Amino acid sequence: MINVKKSTGDKIIDGFLYLILLGIVVITLYPFWTQVIISLDGGGADSAAYSSGIILLPTQFSFESYKLAFKFDALWLGYWNTILRTMLGVILSIFFTSITAYPLAKRDLPFNRTFTSFVLFTMLFAGGTIPSYLLIKELQLLNTIWSLVIPGMISAFNVLIMRNFFRSIPEELEDSARVDGAGYVRIFTQIVIPISKPVLATIALWVGVGHWNAWFDSLIYISDPNKQVLQIVLRKIIIQNSMADINSVIQNIGKTTEFSGRQLQATVVMFSIIPMLIVYPFIQKYFVKGVMVGAVKG
Amino acid sequence: MSSRRARSVEKKKKIKQYRVLLIMLIPAMIYYIIFHYLPMYGVLLAFKDFKITEGILGSPWAGLRHFEKIMNDTYFFTVLKNTIIISLYKLVFGFPVPIIFALLLSEISNVKFKKMVQTVSYLPHFISWVVLAGIFFTLFSLDGPINGIVKMFGGDPMLFLADDRYFRTILVVTSIFQGFGWGSIIYFAAISSIDPQLYEAAVLDGASRFKRMVYISIPMLAPVIAIMLILSMSGILDAGFDQIFNMYNVKVYNVSDIIDTYVYRKGLIEMNYSYATAVGLFKSVVALILIVIVNQTVKWIGGKEHAIW
Repeated sequence: MINVKKSTGDKIIDGFLYLILLGIVVITLYPFWTQVIISLDGGGADSAAYSSGIILLPTQFSFESYKLAFKFDALWLGYWNTILRTMLGVILSIFFTSITAYPLAKRDLPFNRTFTSFVLFTMLFAGGTIPSYLLIKELQLLNTIWSLVIPGMISAFNVLIMRNFFRSIPEELEDSARVDGAGYVRIFTQIVIPISKPVLATIALWVGVGHWNAWFDSLIYISDPNKQVLQIVLRKIIIQNSMADINSVIQNIGKTTEFSGRQLQATVVMFSIIPMLIVYPFIQKYFVKGVMVGAVKG
Repeated sequence: MSSRRARSVEKKKKIKQYRVLLIMLIPAMIYYIIFHYLPMYGVLLAFKDFKITEGILGSPWAGLRHFEKIMNDTYFFTVLKNTIIISLYKLVFGFPVPIIFALLLSEISNVKFKKMVQTVSYLPHFISWVVLAGIFFTLFSLDGPINGIVKMFGGDPMLFLADDRYFRTILVVTSIFQGFGWGSIIYFAAISSIDPQLYEAAVLDGASRFKRMVYISIPMLAPVIAIMLILSMSGILDAGFDQIFNMYNVKVYNVSDIIDTYVYRKGLIEMNYSYATAVGLFKSVVALILIVIVNQTVKWIGGKEHAIW
């Protein structure tokens, strides 16, 4: 802000501020830290997984539970299905959202208001869970990856954000191309898309994280265990605490004693959030940009 | 007459000019009709006695019987009450947190520290409720850290997540944990757009930091706060399906079962399609009415540019 010499009072307040914010950081990270510790602890019956109270460090390091989880086929299958749906979902969403948003960005497109209202009304009213379920069933999409990818493919909110971004592109740019004889398709693919990378990347990230974390659609539309996404596998182990699943993993490996269900659960949690934790610091600022774009209405 | 003709000729010319763009819109229109408007038509189910072999159209009409059933269903009122209470709690306790957080963080001048705190605070927003629920199970377990603190103060450890006295509190606290950082982004944006000259002038007038916050930052944030508050009113029947569905259990249904979880169990588990659709329709209609009211209010308070339509 401004360069004014800080008084002692200011410094004390600053100190408190740093302390409070540091406290918030610790509180936010601690729950994740407990999972790290429990998953890494190899202390057997004395391990953090059994000890009570506040855990700061493992009694002794061990990657045994990770080795165990590595051999858990359902986990890898879940990973694969999640990666597949995320890639497919992002590609389809970006493609269809952009070809929808571009025409709507043209203010004098005939029936623009009609089309826009048609899209936006879906933000206000929805048929609900049961009619959607019956529709997917009627279309024979149950137990296919399409039931996870298509229903949310063109989100009205993303159309709105992309449309506003396209509108912010100077018209002269397109006009000059038109003078040179370029049609809309050419302008769209060779001018508009390349300079819209920021908004495309932001929306791709939003859609991608949405798919990565999605579970409810898989819960209701997919009954084939080989097609379940990672989050559903996690749900079985973590939430439903399915001892059958946990025991089958442990038995598969031929180990019986050293592992508590909780340790395996923590490891499974780590398995799902490690990819997120690795990419998160790099992509975080793009998400924020997207929120800012979304907050400014055009 | 001739002007109308001229206009229609011009319209035709325009349609021809924009032909390619109109064709580009076709996939989206088909998509919206099938995946959004057909389910809306599916709410007809609420007025039918659904027979799976007959389909929606073929099933016999039920009139308003399902809605009468809702009105006579005492459990529905428990569910409705839970929905409103939980989401009101989340609003009252959760709404101010991002604002306070943004104000506190804006007082920090060390850019690196600020970025670090922000990055950490957004993190929980990116973790699914399946995983978060698993993490909270550990934290609140009998030998977990929370009970560790309870024991430190001489209390007896308890099963927080199976106790209907604490369950709603836990829902609110954990939902704040998940959302406060992300929710603060909009306030950071608003604070950073405040003209620094205002602060400089205030410093020259001898205003303390606290006074600068009370007389400059907060008033400048007021319009954003008002709009965020009004907008969140339209979601008052959304108490957080993802969170509750992953965290609740039979022992706490009486305080945590909400409309969305009830629809899921009634409809997809008990296959009571028509009744569940009626309950869902009730919710959708109330939400729609709320959104319209909210939009008008935003127009009235914040001006047209903040409204949704």
